[in-house]
Amino acid sequence: MSTHQDGSDKFSATRRRLLKGLAALPAAPLLSSTALFPSRAFAQAPATSAVNTTGLAVTDTDVTVGILHSVTGTMAISETGSVQAEKLAIDQINAMGGVLGRKIKFVQEDGASDWPNFAEKAKKLLVNDKCAAVFGCWTSASRKAVLPVFEQYNGMLYYPTFYEGLEQSKNVIYTGQEATQQIIAGLDWVQREKGAKSFYLLGSDYIWPRTSNKIARKHIENFMKGSKVVGEEYFPLGHTQFNSVINKIKLTKPDVIYAIIVGGSNVAFYKQLKAAGIDLSKQTLLTISVTEDEIDGIGGDNIAGAYSCMKYFQSLDNPNNKDFVAAFKKMWGEKTVIGDVTQAAYLGPWLWKLTVEKAGSFDIDKIAEASAGIEFPKAPEGYVKIHPNHHLWSKTRVGQAQLDGQFKVVFETPDLIEPNPFPKGYQ
Amino acid sequence: MFSDYSLAELSSIFLMQGFAGLILFSVFVLMALGLAIIFGQMGVINMAHGEFMILGAYVTYFTSQFFLNHLPSLFGIYFFVAMILAFLASGALGMATEWLMIRHLYKRPLDTLLATWGLSLILQQVYRSVFGPREVGVELPGWMMGSLPVTDVVEVQINGLFVMGLTIAITVAVALLMYRSSWGKQVRAVVQNRVMAGAVGINTEKVDRYTFGLGCGIAGVAGSAFTMIGSTGPTSGQLYIVDTFLVVVFGGAQSLLGTIASAFTISQAQSTLEFFLSGSMAKVLTLIGVVVILMLRPQGLFVIKVRR
Repeated sequence: MSTHQDGSDKFSATRRRLLKGLAALPAAPLLSSTALFPSRAFAQAPATSAVNTTGLAVTDTDVTVGILHSVTGTMAISETGSVQAEKLAIDQINAMGGVLGRKIKFVQEDGASDWPNFAEKAKKLLVNDKCAAVFGCWTSASRKAVLPVFEQYNGMLYYPTFYEGLEQSKNVIYTGQEATQQIIAGLDWVQREKGAKSFYLLGSDYIWPRTSNKIARKHIENFMKGSKVVGEEYFPLGHTQFNSVINKIKLTKPDVIYAIIVGGSNVAFYKQLKAAGIDLSKQTLLTISVTEDEIDGIGGDNIAGAYSCMKYFQSLDNPNNKDFVAAFKKMWGEKTVIGDVTQAAYLGPWLWKLTVEKAGSFDIDKIAEASAGIEFPKAPEGYVKIHPNHHLWSKTRVGQAQLDGQFKVVFETPDLIEPNPFPKGYQ
Repeated sequence: MFSDYSLAELSSIFLMQGFAGLILFSVFVLMALGLAIIFGQMGVINMAHGEFMILGAYVTYFTSQFFLNHLPSLFGIYFFVAMILAFLASGALGMATEWLMIRHLYKRPLDTLLATWGLSLILQQVYRSVFGPREVGVELPGWMMGSLPVTDVVEVQINGLFVMGLTIAITVAVALLMYRSSWGKQVRAVVQNRVMAGAVGINTEKVDRYTFGLGCGIAGVAGSAFTMIGSTGPTSGQLYIVDTFLVVVFGGAQSLLGTIASAFTISQAQSTLEFFLSGSMAKVLTLIGVVVILMLRPQGLFVIKVRR
């Protein structure tokens, strides 16, 4: 689960003193090989003492980061892709020579789909392992659980999931989209393209779908002329019987079904929709919760025709993405699919590397400050930039689900959308 | 909310809503039958019931893959083969579980709760390691998809009809087995008085093993059928376990008729409420109803009269 820790962090702190006393210490069995040949490390990288003033796990040759996702429990289905993407990014960065001349080593901990456990492991990564950055979390609940830990021990978290917004922290970089980025462009598109006037909002019953639908409702009622919400409903997580709401949809005949259903419920919902004879090529359905990962379980033939609105699809046609998809499949197998969050997780290590190099330091405070304005032109989704509010500028795209489980991109915003985690007029 | 609709529209919607309730009823009965046998008849609190279902679902998935790749001409009927295989696989796993674990715990029914909960966690992680953490999509033969149009508005879902038919068939088979066969008589005898049943020459260990196996096998068939309506992943079994226990406990644990009556009550209440309220509120009201009735009638809806 974890890479070896040789206690080199303590070593580097005292290394300078040891070097000074080297003449007086002819036999130096205590020194590691790196300390015996310091010139090699210094030739390509700045001194550890200069780039690491707060005692993080940085040595002359490597730097330790943490990966904190659930690989067991209910969330493993979603978080596995993120772990794979982060490992791929770390591999690629190491192949290019690492960060400030240091190879990235990672310590992986399992959040086990249990929020208090996430907080526990986050503390371990920060306090025991002294990780210079942590890539992890997936659900908002897990992020909320670790946030106080990261703020107390001054760590840096790169969080990959699209989420409800209403949060901003010096210690977190949000590499997924916040709610307004994902929702507004999609609603405008469906109004423009499909002439949609009436919307039926559905969601699983927890914070992300509820906040997102609230933003959607405000936008529909206040900013889209002549449009209205004809129904809004929530279902407990794990709900598997949607026949009643499908009947209601048949009765109200909305122009658009706006669905934010997650997990196993998703599968039941789309299967029953299809069985009930609702043809998604005629009935417009827009979702913000279905990526290529979910379609694996739903089955392409059950969801073909539905529209999904997010920032990344595996089928994106650009050279960055082609390289990324090829590298991902080479590392994790031909049959793996790459969803929006997986791509966002891939951005984490790269953004961190770029930030560290801009700051010229691994110190958390300097990284937090240097993050604003970091640009990553090689991102698979295309050029992205970190906003001063620690979210990403990104484009929003609409994809139509195909029989083979991929999306066909039918719309892309012309410009990057500004992240706005505290939207005025939407609360 | 109904002022905008014509009478014809309303009546057809109520027809479809009634049908939705019947589908939910069939699903509940199918989920609960296996547990009614294990919990009701044997007194084992089987928390791993959902995982036995999911084993059946995975067997269905692999059967569908096998037919797709090797026998595409017979794909239309693979589901029947899959259900039989699911019954055998879950039944076999159930008998193995009984032999390794449950039989040591008959005198400590509460401990079966902990043991089977542990088993459910183990099985989930085994599925995750062996079959992968991602959910799999089971492809259905064409004839099982879509719906039959009865009128312009009223449509009847084919897989709903299929689940209903399957539920009736299995319920009838179980009823015959339990109440009309000599084996069923032995099962009931063991349930009522294990020592006495042993004294009159019934091999109680064997009866226990087959009863447990039968319950798990039915769970496997249910899991197989649920690939049509729900998800198939390592933890999907968790989606069903609460509803399953609810139905069995509410019905009165020892009575098959009670299980059916309770499935009917809960499903109709839930599906009607869901139509008028939102999904979460419907669930809350249904649960409150169940709690109130169980407070007034702790033994459940139906009870077998036994001298204690």
